[in-house]
Amino acid sequence: MDIRSQIAMVFHLDKCIGCHTCSIACKNIWTDRKGAEYMWWNNVETKPGTGYPSKWEDQEIYKGGWVKKGNSVLLKGAGKFKGIKSLFHNPNMPIIDDYYEPWTYQYENLFEAEEGDDQPIARPVSLITGEYITPKSGPNWDDDLAGSEEYAKNDVNFKNLTPADHEAMFQLERMSFHYLPRMCNHCLNPACVAACPSGAIYKRGEDGVVLINQKKCRAWRMCVTACPYKKSYYNWNTGKSEKCVLCYPRLEAGEAPACHHSCVGRIRYISVMLYDADKIEAAAASNDEDLIKNQLAIYVDPFDPKVIASAKENGIHESTIECAQKSPVYKFVKKWGLALPLHPEFRTLPNLFYVPPLLPTMSYANEDGAYETTSESLWGAVEKSRLPMSYLASLFSAGNKETIKTVLKKLMAVRLHRRAETVGDLPPEESEDAMRDAIMDKETADDIFRLTSLPLFDQRFVIPPAHREEAIEMMESTADVKGNSGFGFKEPPVRGL
Amino acid sequence: MSNYFFFIGLPYAALVILLVGSIFRYMNFGFKVSSLSSQFLESRELFYGNRPFHWGLMFLFFGHLVAFLVPRSVIAWNSIPVRLVILEVVAFGFGISALVGMLLLILRRLKHKRLLMVTTKMDAFVYVILLTQIISGLWVAYFARWGSAWFPTVLTPYLKSLFLLNPDIAAVSTLPLSIKIHIVSAFVLIGMIPFTRFMHFLVYPIPYLWRRYQYVIWNWDRKKIRTSRKLVNGVRSKNN
Repeated sequence: MDIRSQIAMVFHLDKCIGCHTCSIACKNIWTDRKGAEYMWWNNVETKPGTGYPSKWEDQEIYKGGWVKKGNSVLLKGAGKFKGIKSLFHNPNMPIIDDYYEPWTYQYENLFEAEEGDDQPIARPVSLITGEYITPKSGPNWDDDLAGSEEYAKNDVNFKNLTPADHEAMFQLERMSFHYLPRMCNHCLNPACVAACPSGAIYKRGEDGVVLINQKKCRAWRMCVTACPYKKSYYNWNTGKSEKCVLCYPRLEAGEAPACHHSCVGRIRYISVMLYDADKIEAAAASNDEDLIKNQLAIYVDPFDPKVIASAKENGIHESTIECAQKSPVYKFVKKWGLALPLHPEFRTLPNLFYVPPLLPTMSYANEDGAYETTSESLWGAVEKSRLPMSYLASLFSAGNKETIKTVLKKLMAVRLHRRAETVGDLPPEESEDAMRDAIMDKETADDIFRLTSLPLFDQRFVIPPAHREEAIEMMESTADVKGNSGFGFKEPPVRGL
Repeated sequence: MSNYFFFIGLPYAALVILLVGSIFRYMNFGFKVSSLSSQFLESRELFYGNRPFHWGLMFLFFGHLVAFLVPRSVIAWNSIPVRLVILEVVAFGFGISALVGMLLLILRRLKHKRLLMVTTKMDAFVYVILLTQIISGLWVAYFARWGSAWFPTVLTPYLKSLFLLNPDIAAVSTLPLSIKIHIVSAFVLIGMIPFTRFMHFLVYPIPYLWRRYQYVIWNWDRKKIRTSRKLVNGVRSKNN
């Protein structure tokens, strides 16, 4: 047992309103720079849709992630020989047009244009070449199913649907969508780290944040290929790759990352989980149907005295263990089994979990083509959902529909229970049946309800500080740097010659 | 006189600049050491230019290196004329592949406005020096046959004398102009490594082949937490 601490997240998709506030918060802080304009370390996609970069989930195109080989895993499109062989030209790398060409508008023209017969306009100009361009795509041009003929219809997750079912999904009566906010998953088995030929990408031992050392990156671009979520980006201006840093300066001070902090729908939960690093390889190499089960088995019970002892032995701070015990992420993921990793079949063991959306599955078109949204039909809806289960299963459970159904039934049971409690217009047996079906007691249902609907700020974000007063010890011995203030000097204050 | 400058002064200057300059740049301007790939802005044409260019140059570089390090083996190999011709033709082929790749790369860079935005004056210099090097090399290979036969007996002793700090330029100074150009531009290229994107030669990621895939950095040794009585530094991460 090798217990470590990992920052992990839960996004509750039923609560996401698709407002992109998280993306803007991130952009303003981190990627509003030359060469990084096209990067959205955090982005929100409409599903079904092809996403950003276009069709990122299709690993036949981009060759990201890992594939199972015997008792271990191999990188699909990168790796030692494959990577070094294709350094000169990487055949599976997305290029700028797969994302979009960033642009701005000539606002100064509005003020400086010469007097004429027409109103001055602000024409779009490319942020790469500075030339006039006509924007043809952007990072969220498929928002709310816009252009669904081009975007939503080509969603990779429809691969298990028959053509007839696929067609039916795009009838107006059956259409449904939900949002999918995405960011770096700070995986336990990160493909970007493994693919980096110069060893610039690393996982931070203390909290598991995956970072790129900008001084060591040599623009070999293998991380861009290897990350199946396409969350490592190439800065064309500096010739360095960049990715989400999980706002680590905030994190170290015990504050939530900007995207989490700014979330309007309050869908985001972030905290630590303790995990057993010895189990990583075996879990990554599980069979498809066991992937989620084995990944969840990596995360250990923070109340177990053996775990606590082992954690302390590994130098994990008391406050981190406390946070792991109060962790909302642990509750959603392990205790209640409500949150699932995105595309577990990529085998990177992501640390961002999603509570799958119940809302798009709840109503369905009846024989007259009208919606069935009466409370009587709620329970049956999971079975007859207008959003095919295979679609959600392709997103969150490597194709296993039962896993998704179990989660949705639990979510539904909570709803029925609360409806019976607060409105009381349901026959009591309906809520009881649902509870029994979902194997849940009333207390758990109330807990889930409270953490879902009424969580306080401190309940969503339970982050142990890096202990800045001790953090200097991460870098230096305090005896050597006596007389320094914080991180002010990078060199010891030695008298010059 | 100029022979002294070009074949003694320049080589030593180039080697010193290479050594001091690249170490200085690596240590102090780590952020500026990058292969500066432009694949992200244009990928398709890069494939046709970059692969023949790099593989061609790599073969030729190691070919020259072999002729310098083990001249006797090269002479022995060439003792049978067919083998000599095979070697020369293959090397010439790689030279052509490098030249064609290079020309495609230059065309590509001029053609795409996006690429011009990431092109610097130093890149123009890189193109000029590489073109000089490749064209003069092909010229020498064609008109001063057979290179692999005379290189081990003429240039290897000269280069060796340079490294032994006892330069002997008697043989080199009588060489035809085309070969002299090839040698001089080679030393200029070496001397310019620290000032151009040539830096990426030096950071070619060979260690990747034997490192472990996953890479975890602990900012301090988690099992050796310091106390006030034990002030010895833990293991400090190497990348800071």
